[in-house]
Amino acid sequence: MTQSSTKPIEHAYKVTKEQAPVYSRAERKIRNANLRGRFGLALYIVLLLLPIYWLVNMSFKTNTEILSGLSFFPENFTLANYAKIFGDPTWYMGYVNSIFYVSMNMVISLLVALPAAYAFSRYKFIGDKHMFFWLLSNRMAPPAVFLLPFFQLYSSVGLFDTHIAVALAHCLFNVPLAVWILEGFMSGVPREIDETAYIDGYSFPKFFVRIFIPLIRSGIGVTAFFCFMFSWVELLLARTLTSVDAKPIAAIMTRTVSASGMDWGLLAAAGVLTILPGMLVIYFVRNHVAKGFALGRV
Amino acid sequence: MQIKVENNKAWFLVLPVFLIVAFSAIIPLMTVVNYSVQDIFDPYTRYFVGTEWFKQVMLDSRLHEALLRQFLYSFTILAIEVPLGICVALMMPTKGRGASLALILVAIPLLIPWNVVGTIWQIFGRADIGLFGAFMSSIGVDYNYASDPTDAWLTVVLMDVWHWTPLIALLCYSGLRAIPEVYYQAARIDQASRWAVFRYIQLPKLTNVLIIGVLLRFMDSFMIYTEPFVLTGGGPGSSTTFLSQSLVQQAIGQFDLGPAAAFSLVYFLIILLVCWVFYTTIMNMQKDK
Repeated sequence: MTQSSTKPIEHAYKVTKEQAPVYSRAERKIRNANLRGRFGLALYIVLLLLPIYWLVNMSFKTNTEILSGLSFFPENFTLANYAKIFGDPTWYMGYVNSIFYVSMNMVISLLVALPAAYAFSRYKFIGDKHMFFWLLSNRMAPPAVFLLPFFQLYSSVGLFDTHIAVALAHCLFNVPLAVWILEGFMSGVPREIDETAYIDGYSFPKFFVRIFIPLIRSGIGVTAFFCFMFSWVELLLARTLTSVDAKPIAAIMTRTVSASGMDWGLLAAAGVLTILPGMLVIYFVRNHVAKGFALGRV
Repeated sequence: MQIKVENNKAWFLVLPVFLIVAFSAIIPLMTVVNYSVQDIFDPYTRYFVGTEWFKQVMLDSRLHEALLRQFLYSFTILAIEVPLGICVALMMPTKGRGASLALILVAIPLLIPWNVVGTIWQIFGRADIGLFGAFMSSIGVDYNYASDPTDAWLTVVLMDVWHWTPLIALLCYSGLRAIPEVYYQAARIDQASRWAVFRYIQLPKLTNVLIIGVLLRFMDSFMIYTEPFVLTGGGPGSSTTFLSQSLVQQAIGQFDLGPAAAFSLVYFLIILLVCWVFYTTIMNMQKDK
């Protein structure tokens, strides 16, 4: 770099250092842009949260108040809607069922996807690319296509209306996704680590559990998050494969429609309760989630 | 990209995944294929009909309309969500408490069960009890998503934008975090404009995550079922009946197993084809780099 090209930069730097409160034009521009950004983001988040706020607001109202007019705060604050859900096993068992099959699905998906992702990230083998695309193609299969065959398949093997049926059905789209994310994270770990471990006398299973898994901890956390998310939000398959014993909360919610009209307050309360587990999970992975959304390959 | 060792024993590691996915994918798919070539009256009376159902499905005008609607819908939401998502990602703070808070808040819609998303908008859009509906009528717009096709369409698109823009935003956010600070310093020295920074530094680094985002959004919007089902039930008329919905109507509502199965296969093939085109283009683009 020549002397003449570095000089103006030095100069600009000095100005900001010595007269801190007086900003150069360029910096003022950046500050304004930042302010605009903050404002825009705040506006976006407010708009984003407004429908959810409305639901929460409604869940604390009585039905007469909901139907009598709009208000931003419940006038007769009531917990009756929530009390009804927590007091009735047919209601709250829905949450237990949902959480049960979602956790099962998370465990199954991770257990089978970990070795497979390792194979895809480390080895070349016959049909590897085709296998990978076939897996992904299952992520693309519309659940509506599989509704009836799934129902028949799981009925014929005697799994209909069990948690494991829903967990297995959700594997259809969660396992490919888990392989995809984990493969991205694993490719970020240099091969040399594997080789060093083998030279040090580690067997494959021992190396995998003791060394490799701790290295991709955040990847596993993120994968679990995604499996949770997609299994938790899915309803079509879960509803088709269950009737009583494993019925998910999202399907039970449809009961609020009755001959006497909609029970809006109860519906809103049930809706609010389905949002909470998701918020809890995202709170735990908040520090890794940014990387995870790039599926490990930024 | 790391150098990979050739080793066919790796198949043993992939085997569990293959078995578990095959159980849920290949057996049902074969059942669908089986149905698509037979006319079934009851479990014991069935006739082989060859490609008749396929011909019927391919010529069905309702399906053509649903397909057209589906493409229009998928492209509309992509055209809104991608730019909006990038904007949101650019505005998100980079470090500190604000960053995690913004991250959590933005991600909330992604974790709401899909039928609850439908319920939220069903309530929110109603003129009598919903804020959005009431707001629209108070500014003098005659808005009713249950009876007016345009309003129904608008609400479904708005709901999808509300629901899925966070995915694009978070993808882009993670892409942006991966850009080293020196790039920005260099740009500052060159006195690059905000636009130039975006166009020549940020956007190229975002291509990878944007491809994932567009692919995911395309696949998922093409399979959309639950949200419009809860919100509009496909109506008014059939203005918001997308492919999945007409399929379910046919298979479960009318119990026309043969045509429904043929339809399923055609539907699946369309998605597969579009995604294959996407996938190969991406792979070729990455090879060129």
